[in-house]
Amino acid sequence: MISFRTCPVTGLKIESQAASLLRWHAVTAVVHFLIGVCAALLLALTRWQAVHLLPADWYYRILTAHGLNMLIFFIIFFEMAVLYFAGPILLNCRQPAPKLGWLGYWLMLIGACTTNYFVFAGKADVLFTSYVPLKAHPAYYLGIILFAVGALISTLLFFATLVVARREKTYTGSIPLVSFGALTAAIIAVITLVHGALIYVPTFFWSLGWMQLDPEVYRMVFWALGHSSQQINVAAHVSCWYLLAALTVGGVVLNERVSRTAFFLYVLFISMASAHHLLVDPGVGPAWKVWNTSYAMYLAVLASMVHGFTVPAGIETGQRLRGFTQGRFQWLTRAPWGDPGFSALWLSLVIFGFGGGITGVVIGTEQINIIAHNTMRLPGHFHMTVVGGTALCFMGVTYYLLPLIFRKRVAFYKLAQIQPYLFGAGITLMGIAMTYAGTFGVPRRHWDVSFTHAPFPVQFPPVVDLFLAAMGVGGILAFLGGISYCLIAVASVFFGKTLSDEEIRSGGPGLPPGVVRLPRQTHSQEQADEAHRQGNPGTVVLVVIFFVCFVLYYFTNWKVLSMLWKVG
Amino acid sequence: MIMFAIMPLWHWKGGQNPSGIRGRTTPQEFRQRTERFIQEYQVGTEKGIPVVQPPPGADLYLEASMWSWRPVLKLKKGASYTLHLSSFDINHGFSLYPMNLNFQVVPGYDYGLKVMPNRSGDLRIICNEFCGVGHHIMTGKILVEE
Ligand code: HEM
Ligand SMILES: [Cu+2]
Repeated sequence: MISFRTCPVTGLKIESQAASLLRWHAVTAVVHFLIGVCAALLLALTRWQAVHLLPADWYYRILTAHGLNMLIFFIIFFEMAVLYFAGPILLNCRQPAPKLGWLGYWLMLIGACTTNYFVFAGKADVLFTSYVPLKAHPAYYLGIILFAVGALISTLLFFATLVVARREKTYTGSIPLVSFGALTAAIIAVITLVHGALIYVPTFFWSLGWMQLDPEVYRMVFWALGHSSQQINVAAHVSCWYLLAALTVGGVVLNERVSRTAFFLYVLFISMASAHHLLVDPGVGPAWKVWNTSYAMYLAVLASMVHGFTVPAGIETGQRLRGFTQGRFQWLTRAPWGDPGFSALWLSLVIFGFGGGITGVVIGTEQINIIAHNTMRLPGHFHMTVVGGTALCFMGVTYYLLPLIFRKRVAFYKLAQIQPYLFGAGITLMGIAMTYAGTFGVPRRHWDVSFTHAPFPVQFPPVVDLFLAAMGVGGILAFLGGISYCLIAVASVFFGKTLSDEEIRSGGPGLPPGVVRLPRQTHSQEQADEAHRQGNPGTVVLVVIFFVCFVLYYFTNWKVLSMLWKVG
Repeated sequence: MIMFAIMPLWHWKGGQNPSGIRGRTTPQEFRQRTERFIQEYQVGTEKGIPVVQPPPGADLYLEASMWSWRPVLKLKKGASYTLHLSSFDINHGFSLYPMNLNFQVVPGYDYGLKVMPNRSGDLRIICNEFCGVGHHIMTGKILVEE
């Protein structure tokens, strides 16, 4: 039984099976986010040394749970939802083999529950990286393997959808850019999941005592998995940037070919970026480190910079086409800041680029990594990429999925309007504070930086307490933002009334502006020419500021490094 | 492109690189090596941990295990040494406070780093790779004298 309905806003045909797979994956993602965000609050209040909430064993346990539920379960469930959106829905086609889709879903869910159970039962205090030979209960690894197999099935189903859509000619020309981006994410996902099998299956056997495993080999393969999975996130959220830009301000894609090439670069070079987790490891030599972190990684970074330019430039041009043509920045000042889809998009862009991007390239430099490895600079960096960038962007997408796919109003719309700011501000404050604390050598994953019971006490300078307090405050703000998001999502989905096409079209409270009146996506030739003539003066200024910040931060770090002990 | 060039250049001209001499070892072998090193140069004990004072140019052996760094090192400012790091059990992290120099310590691998202390002082080693529930009490000590 295949049944379609036509979306009243976009005119896309939506098949019921695809929509319901999408809904279940998205809801499950939010549930894991909820677990993760509660854990986050406890962690932030523990690392804030003046509060120091949890006892040591629970700190490490909750840290394990937070990493897993956020970085793996929440993000991947949401990405599967994105794949169902970019596949059957954007391509206007039926969902092939929906039963397999459900199989994938249940495997993922059972896997996630198993692993979570063993973590909370205290049988797997190994943090989500579970570096061998630190050992967890075998079921912990088994859960992750089930989860990965489930995700693999859903990803393969996405490829099947592409084939079906092509064969049944449900779209004209080449696939839409958003689907193309999702395709790159899916390709990387397959590579990642293969690495995942390569490492988790032997680790599972090792935990049962059936085989030996080398710790350095584990680290190498683990990060081949771990980092390329970050690339799935980037490819997925960049796709969502394009999507949100089109929905909220009629953002245009300046040059399809350039954007597509940039997506493609991710696939080619990213799996090598795993090297930057091993820069100060004993297992690999300098040539390998330099090669992998420079040539390979910079090409992937280049790709992000291309998107980092084309997305804001597309927004600028979209806004100029809508008549905001004055000066350099009218397009920005008159942007729909009250639209949670837009504010989430813009904040995600800024936090990812300025915060995560700059710190990432810097600490990923072979020698600078000496002064960053395993300090708080690391969580500082990735909370600005994967949280301020990916998670925030997914939140923005949610505010559009609710009316378009779930056919619900966004509950507590006033709260939804400030939620991206609250979350964005909290994460930025926390990320910056962590980065500074890390600069003084404050370690990550550490219960007690006052070293009360340590044989040789360490006394950090008092300013570190200030940074840790700022981190705590930022963490609380981000928690409030995160919990509001869960509240809004749950209230909308489970307690909202299902809307009819009429109601969606006629607007009213709880419907983001892009849903009520989708910005025009095509324009007359004269308008396009005019926009072309104006170019993107505003974005250019932003890009210049970006490079200045980057260069300053980069060379400051080399300077700090050069003042240390000589080592080699 | 510039960034691409700096990394190899720093290897050649710069003072701080993570290359080291990398070799395989076993936990037992490294432990024996460390004990020999301690016997040879021990000058005292502090908090139950031997204090050693090797001559400039010596090979230093520092063993991480749950949850201590062994031994305490007494070094001379401006002298160069080869610091060998390894672990007896699981991964640990060598983080020198307050310089903020960080290296991964992996069991089965001997990470030999040429080091030259450039300031005197009473330094700490913080473990910065999670190594179980005693992770946060795992500190060590290096003394650098004029
Ligand atoms: C409400 C927002 C969040 C807050 C307040 C928060 C806070 C924290 C804190 C305080 C830590 C501990 C750092 C340490 O002690 O080493 C941490 C670790 C971490 N967080 Fe978050 N976080 C948030 C959201 C997220 C999200 C959305 C993700 C992923 C998508 C994420 C991924 C991680 C990871 C991977 C770690 C490292 C775990 C480890 O070291 O094993 N966080 N977070
Ligand atoms: Cu340790």
